Amino acid sequence: MGEVKLFFGPNHPGMHGNFSVHMYVEGDVVKRARPLPGFLHRGFEKLMERRYWYSNIALIPRICVPEPDINEACYAMGVEKIAKLEVPERAQWIRMIVLELARIANHLMAVGGIGGPIGLYTAPQWGTADRDRILDIFEALSGARVYHMYIVIGGVRKNLTPRIEDMIWKTMDYIESRLPDYENLIFKNRILHSRLKGRLILTREQALEMGVTGVGLRATGVEYDVRKVDPYLFYDKVDFEVPTATDGDAFSRVYLKFKEIPQSIKIIRQALEKMPQGDKVNVPVSKGSALRRIVPKGMAYVHIESARGEYGFFVVSDGKNKPYRVAVRGASYPQGLYGIEKYLPGTRIEDVPIWLATMDVCAPEIDR
Amino acid sequence: MAMQELPKKDFFAPLKAWKFLGKRPVTIEVPNKVKREASDRYRGFHINDWSKCIGCGTCSKICPTDAITMVEVPGLVRDHGKLPQRPVIDYGRCSFCALCVDICTTGSLQMTREYIHVSDDAEDYVYMPTEKGLNAKRGLYEHGKAPLGWIKDENSDILDLVRVKMPMEEPEVRVKSFIEIVKGYSKEQAQQEAARCVGCGICTYTCPEHMDIPQYIESIYKGDLEEGLRWLYRTNPLSMVCGRVCTHRCESSCSVGVRGEPVAIRWLKRYIIDNVPFEEYDRILNIRPEKKGKSVGIIGSGPAGLSAAYFLSTMGYDVTIYEANARPGGVMRYGIPRYRLPDEALDKDIAFIEALGVKILVNTKVGQEIGFDEIAKKHDAVFISTGFGLGRSTRVPGTDHPNVKQALPMLKMIRDYLRGDGPKPPVPRKLIVIGGGNVAMDISRSMARLQTMEYGEVNVHTLSLERSFEEMPADMDEIEEALEEGVEFHPGWGPIEIVIEDDEVKGARFKKCLRVFDENHRFNPQFDENNQIFIEADMVIEAIGQAPDYSYLPQELQEKLEFVRGRIKTNEYNQTAIEWLFAGGDIVHGPDIIHGVADGYAAAKGIDMYLSKK
Repeated sequence: MGEVKLFFGPNHPGMHGNFSVHMYVEGDVVKRARPLPGFLHRGFEKLMERRYWYSNIALIPRICVPEPDINEACYAMGVEKIAKLEVPERAQWIRMIVLELARIANHLMAVGGIGGPIGLYTAPQWGTADRDRILDIFEALSGARVYHMYIVIGGVRKNLTPRIEDMIWKTMDYIESRLPDYENLIFKNRILHSRLKGRLILTREQALEMGVTGVGLRATGVEYDVRKVDPYLFYDKVDFEVPTATDGDAFSRVYLKFKEIPQSIKIIRQALEKMPQGDKVNVPVSKGSALRRIVPKGMAYVHIESARGEYGFFVVSDGKNKPYRVAVRGASYPQGLYGIEKYLPGTRIEDVPIWLATMDVCAPEIDR
Repeated sequence: MAMQELPKKDFFAPLKAWKFLGKRPVTIEVPNKVKREASDRYRGFHINDWSKCIGCGTCSKICPTDAITMVEVPGLVRDHGKLPQRPVIDYGRCSFCALCVDICTTGSLQMTREYIHVSDDAEDYVYMPTEKGLNAKRGLYEHGKAPLGWIKDENSDILDLVRVKMPMEEPEVRVKSFIEIVKGYSKEQAQQEAARCVGCGICTYTCPEHMDIPQYIESIYKGDLEEGLRWLYRTNPLSMVCGRVCTHRCESSCSVGVRGEPVAIRWLKRYIIDNVPFEEYDRILNIRPEKKGKSVGIIGSGPAGLSAAYFLSTMGYDVTIYEANARPGGVMRYGIPRYRLPDEALDKDIAFIEALGVKILVNTKVGQEIGFDEIAKKHDAVFISTGFGLGRSTRVPGTDHPNVKQALPMLKMIRDYLRGDGPKPPVPRKLIVIGGGNVAMDISRSMARLQTMEYGEVNVHTLSLERSFEEMPADMDEIEEALEEGVEFHPGWGPIEIVIEDDEVKGARFKKCLRVFDENHRFNPQFDENNQIFIEADMVIEAIGQAPDYSYLPQELQEKLEFVRGRIKTNEYNQTAIEWLFAGGDIVHGPDIIHGVADGYAAAKGIDMYLSKK
């Protein structure tokens, strides 16, 4: 049988975003695979150099659509690190809540996202519907459902009101009450097990070699979570666990994401309790209007744990009102590019979307 | 962590999904069935309250997607603090970040909770927001207006409303001497203050001289003072003086000042001049005009005269200034007290004008040392800017007493005394000042200083017809600073008589003023004759206004000129009815230095036009 070239994406229902994989197959087995990024390349990093420090918040969330808040937080924390800016404590707690809400939303979508490639259609329906409840919180808090543009340099843009706090408590209770259903109907489902168990194994050595972080690495037994190893915000003041597994297969990766949801709920509840009251949630980085606020000369790398792994922003300022350079470390860069080329050969065609789904390959953060 | 194992095959396992059969669907049906309201903070389509919007364009500057364009609207007029333009938003580009709302200088631009707009016309997505909203014409809203969404609050506001504090001498210290009160910004402070500017340029229109304010503020922000100096000298050769004592009308129209404190434009101007050494001026400004071989005579070296001299000499004319006093500067030298404008500040500005080749003949009073006709014969054109040098009197009984004085001669005497040119002025233990303008403040505060130096205490009573500080024509900061220095104010009193016993001033009696202006805004005070007070004093100084002195002009010229309420009527280039005679300053416009500078600039253009044609 001869080798056939198949295009997977960018227009394909199983593809995550505008991304493409060229597969060279013999029968159903992938012989070679080539990722083709660039469909979403808008030159974010370059565009940021042409905009004011504050204007960039409209651009930054677009680097990762399903979980935009990590970008905002990373950028803001990077700038604050250079400027040695004291952010109001309340704003830090609010940031933590937003980041964890985004993590839950992202994981719910990931659990839903696995349903498409394997034909378990309850998962996408549930995942999307429950994620919407979190988007409702975002809408109430930040005024937008997807691109929140909420975490800014110096804090957050608006305070968390008691009404929204109440909304978060209720939504957390609701999502917690849904988890047993997910466990029963999705994670005990025969289809899921037969399609994911023992498939697409990434060993510890391979993960470390490529620089895979997040669940991809934790599924191989490595306890690496930036929230634990290098705590930022107030993650050292809350109690939570980082679930790990040893199998390194597709199933463990999805299941770890699911298991992180109750931990995030736990963090949010603690944050809501520990958060100090107050009206001040934002401080300017320097005197002046946002058009002319300057960040002192310097550079900083800030990394935080996104739903997909370590996410980093390298920010350089030359002391002007626009960044000199901003570089982004997309969490899914290694598994989305090297991983596909290196570890997909030998698998079957139907495994390719599973790799993309369980590894959370996010096209815009690779393209930037 | 233990992985979820596949459960053993179970006959009843499918039953666990049954409970979901009876659940209501989550998805909601739109439109018509359920109208989903967006959240309170929703960032939807914009609205713009045109009664508040001043067209500053800050929204279009912050916009990260270039979605906002400022468009001139026919029918709107350019006015004090307003530009005739409004934002137009391209919803094909807008990212609904609400930065435009957060930075809006007036708070006119806001966002609604509206998120649906359907149209088959692509042009419909380019929209000039009004106060009603994008879909108002479809009649969707209860009060004809879209419900408000994202509202700016103190956390999201990204405009800087608080001014960088100017370091000043404390009242207790400054009242003991004539030391300059305002110390000036440091580099860091100036850059911070310059960063508050949004660069809208509304101030440029308000400034009588139309100075390039946003440009020189940006130069400070960038740290390029040489560029800043070039911007200043494009329009104003008296920037050092204006940077200290200008009436800063620009600040009253500053867009940042709508919601907060205006940018300290005056102090920023001063910062540039203070920090560029005089030796560098020639290299930086590099003024090398071609000589035209024609000469212009200027009478009076006040703001208008010096300004005209500067602009004329940059055009290549030979300029001679005739000054009656011993030093050039006019009101800047002899009127404004030293604690506001030290001699050194004035000297720097005048020195550069002289360096351009302008001849200043001091102690040359026209009509005495030199005749007006002689000047007219010697020069191709003449510019007169002799100012308002005569004081006005209230003419109440007793004002002819020698201890009832006029403010301007007193101020001149004090300044001459301080620079060692003249004798010590008489310092009363108790003083009454009549007047509510800046001159009244100047004399009150100068005398307060002399009293402190002489007797260690201040006893100055300042009375004005105007019944409140707001009504008084003096600047608010002048009044505040005078209060801090111990001057006592009595607003709303008009003089009846100066009480004189044994040929000595004992004080003055005043009656309550009920109103200053009548319905037609004419000066027409009304008094309550029954409500009177007496204030003790051994000297009274009148500071109720000044008048011009045209005695140096030959009679036949005076007959040809047109006068409007004591001022000479000119055209827009300050040309009088006599084509070779130009006039400016207080005798044409008034009332402050920057108007004088503007007159000098306009007259220079006019003279150039006249002499080029000749």
